Amino acid sequence: MLEIKNLSKKYEGGPLALDDVSFNIPQGEFLAVIGLSGSGKSTLLRCINRLIEPTAGDIVWNDINVTAASDDELRTVRRKIGMVFQHFNLVSRSSVLTNVLSGRLGYTNPAMSFFNKFSQEDVDNAYKELERVGIAEKAHQRADELSGGQQQRVGIARAMMQNPAIILADEPVASLDPVLAHSIMQHLEKINKEHNVTVLCSLHFLDLVHQYADRAIALNDGKLMFDGPPNEIDDAKFKEIYGKDAERVG
Amino acid sequence: MNNKKSFKKSLGLGLSIAIGIFIFAYAFQVTDVDFGTTRDEVRQTSLTRVLRALAHPDLVEYETSELNVEIPFYLPCPEGETPSLPDNASNEPYITATAACAGPGEMLTVEGFNFPAYVQGPLNFITSSGVKKQLEKFQADADGYFIYEIEVPKRQPVAEAQAIRATVRTNIGGPMWSKNAIATWDKIIETIFIALLATTIGTLIAIPTSFIAARNLMVDNTSPLTSVAFSVIGWLIGIWIGSQTTQWLLTLFEPIADNLALNLAGTFVSFAILYAVLRWSIGTDEDEKASLAKRVTSTIGLAVFGIAFAIFFSISFRAIGTLITEPLGSFGFFGNFIFQLGEIMVMLTPALIAIFFGAFVGSSLSKIGQRISDYMPAAQVKLINILLASIAGAALFALFGAGVEWFYQIANPVKTLYIPAGVGAALGLILAITTTAKSPLPTGLIIYTITRTILNGTRSVEPLVMAIIAVIWVGIGPFAGSLALALHTVAALAKLYSEQVESISAGPIEAVQATGANQLQTIVYAVVPQIIPPYISFTMYRWDINVRMSTIIGFVGGGGIGFLLSQNINLLDYRAASAQMLAIAVVVASMDYISSVIREKFV
Ligand SMILES: Nc1ncnc2c1ncn2[C@@H]1O[C@H](COP(=O)(O)OP(=O)(O)OP(=O)(O)O)[C@@H](O)[C@H]1O
Ligand SMILES: [Mg+2]
Repeated sequence: MLEIKNLSKKYEGGPLALDDVSFNIPQGEFLAVIGLSGSGKSTLLRCINRLIEPTAGDIVWNDINVTAASDDELRTVRRKIGMVFQHFNLVSRSSVLTNVLSGRLGYTNPAMSFFNKFSQEDVDNAYKELERVGIAEKAHQRADELSGGQQQRVGIARAMMQNPAIILADEPVASLDPVLAHSIMQHLEKINKEHNVTVLCSLHFLDLVHQYADRAIALNDGKLMFDGPPNEIDDAKFKEIYGKDAERVG
Repeated sequence: MNNKKSFKKSLGLGLSIAIGIFIFAYAFQVTDVDFGTTRDEVRQTSLTRVLRALAHPDLVEYETSELNVEIPFYLPCPEGETPSLPDNASNEPYITATAACAGPGEMLTVEGFNFPAYVQGPLNFITSSGVKKQLEKFQADADGYFIYEIEVPKRQPVAEAQAIRATVRTNIGGPMWSKNAIATWDKIIETIFIALLATTIGTLIAIPTSFIAARNLMVDNTSPLTSVAFSVIGWLIGIWIGSQTTQWLLTLFEPIADNLALNLAGTFVSFAILYAVLRWSIGTDEDEKASLAKRVTSTIGLAVFGIAFAIFFSISFRAIGTLITEPLGSFGFFGNFIFQLGEIMVMLTPALIAIFFGAFVGSSLSKIGQRISDYMPAAQVKLINILLASIAGAALFALFGAGVEWFYQIANPVKTLYIPAGVGAALGLILAITTTAKSPLPTGLIIYTITRTILNGTRSVEPLVMAIIAVIWVGIGPFAGSLALALHTVAALAKLYSEQVESISAGPIEAVQATGANQLQTIVYAVVPQIIPPYISFTMYRWDINVRMSTIIGFVGGGGIGFLLSQNINLLDYRAASAQMLAIAVVVASMDYISSVIREKFV
């Protein structure tokens, strides 16, 4: 269970990107986060693993207060939260395998990773994860030699190496074509269903939300505008979330 | 309106031109510009002479055979009968003159016959005591004939016969490298190695420094005042303990310092234990963090055996180095290398141990401070802050006072101890009172700023100036040059490197941090892969600069070819100097080429 309580974030000299947001996510749910560009989706996801420090409010995960965690505690929390990014954020000059293995860093003794050494078990698992997303044969290629869709699969494999309880996916398909988008979403869905991993996924396309999410929350200007099953987003709600002049597409 | 504007504009332009002319006029005055001297005849002749010498680098020489042809000559003409010249009708080379005697300063025509075609050589006047005075430089024509009008020397009038002598040197055998060429070769090799050492050592130190000097890596490091104060105190205590421990250990091991076997045994035993402790502590921490007790014991175990290892190891290195120098013969330099490695370790060990202890105690206390700040009520934290910040401030400033004392030898504890400590305590107090008890301080930015300042300061001192100081410290020679260049390399490269770190993309760093990696892991996995190409490129660029610098660092005694060059310039031996300049040009150009090829490969 992940609880977000009265979360607010104000960027220095910037707007109130999150404004008193509260909601709960039971373990194993697929939650979509929607909203206009600039509404605070990325900010919300990054606050959860504290890549961004929230200004106020609490994030409680299985009775651990993430917002108050010390550096050491934060690392143990982070290693159970995988993250997938819109721009993949792979280390482009490193091999695919190394990128996937870096998902184990939270579990590895820093002295060992200094020598680029992972346990044999980790390496075997890395191959397995790559196999699962269908790019095992690319393991020794450089990450930037892969196509966008392939890179995102590496990103998912990296997150899965963490043996995560939660996956935060920030617009994981925004830079991919529709066919690839579905295949990536299916990977996330599979992880969600088979491993009971909570998935928080920000999305721009409502049809993807309808197809994959159990539940959706909507942000507008940092405020929580909607919290419920996707099929409850009717035209009135839609206009509330996206503004009066918005048109539904797709 | 429009007219007024354009008038203003032209007035401004006119003024700027006037000011520009004024500035350049003044610059001419200040820099003593005098183009008249460039046309001066005396100066032009010396310029020509030097340029011609430079065009004839002293590189090769030949074994020569010398042929002397002479006639007796009286200066002045003796009283009574006039001496006659010897008859010459043979096919051998001979010279003859219009007269066999003359008064001082009189003119005389000298002819030479049967010389080898086109030979050159000096035509000398040989005094009675055998001193040569050059009259002319002759060159024979195709028939081996020459004729010159010469002036008889004005001095050395003696009664007995003196001589006029034509000397012909012919080269026999093939060309050989001249002494100067061999010396140049030796020194140019030395130069390249100075650059190599300076670049390697400088790079090794600059890499870790550049991470501390990179804003984007440091900006997120913040900690509350309690933790900062604890950490400062911890560092100071730790460094003290560390240096005491090394002292103690070194005296403890003193008796066996010469015993290679015991030292080797010590090396192996401590290495084995080190390894065991490492295995044990790293072992299998899967999901749970290792218990605190285990971590503390393993760290202490590591420290003890690390120190023992370092001491035994460095002493063994020195001993082995001495031992193998003799038997290796002409490869004895390898023994010296090992000995010097040992020496470096002996030198570094106390410093490293002190820093290690400082880091250990500092970070442990800092964690305690963090805990206090996290869990205790704000009022108590404030009190603790006030106390600790004063102590830390006092300690830091007392240290600063000790530095001042060392430089200026004031020998007055009021000025160098009590007042600084008081000021430090007051500053700490002010800091503790003005900051909110638990608010984080930008420690990362502070360390970043200090590092940058030191680097900028060091960088602005020219390597030549550093070399002067190094020469005083370690004596004239290439070692001084290497030290000076290495220091400058650290400062320059750390800055260039850190700018590269600042420009890498943040995405991968975020992604790696999100996996729960700590700072070291983030650097190894997300930062290092991104900076390898620019780092290689900058290192090669620096290598280039170091080769250039090492060619002139000898001017101030830093070894390398500059030493030879400055010597020859001072001796006005421009032909020899020319050889060195040529060598420098060749080396710099080829290093330039090599480094650009390597750079292209990696970027
Ligand atoms: N680092 C930052 N500094 C200052 N303001 C920021 C920063 N990051 C985001 N913001 C602001 O915070 C608000 C929310 O941004 P956020 O990136 O969370 O939006 P988003 O919903 O993810 O948008 P998008 O769909 O375009 O990714 C925006 O107004 C943005 O300008
Ligand atoms: Mg976003």
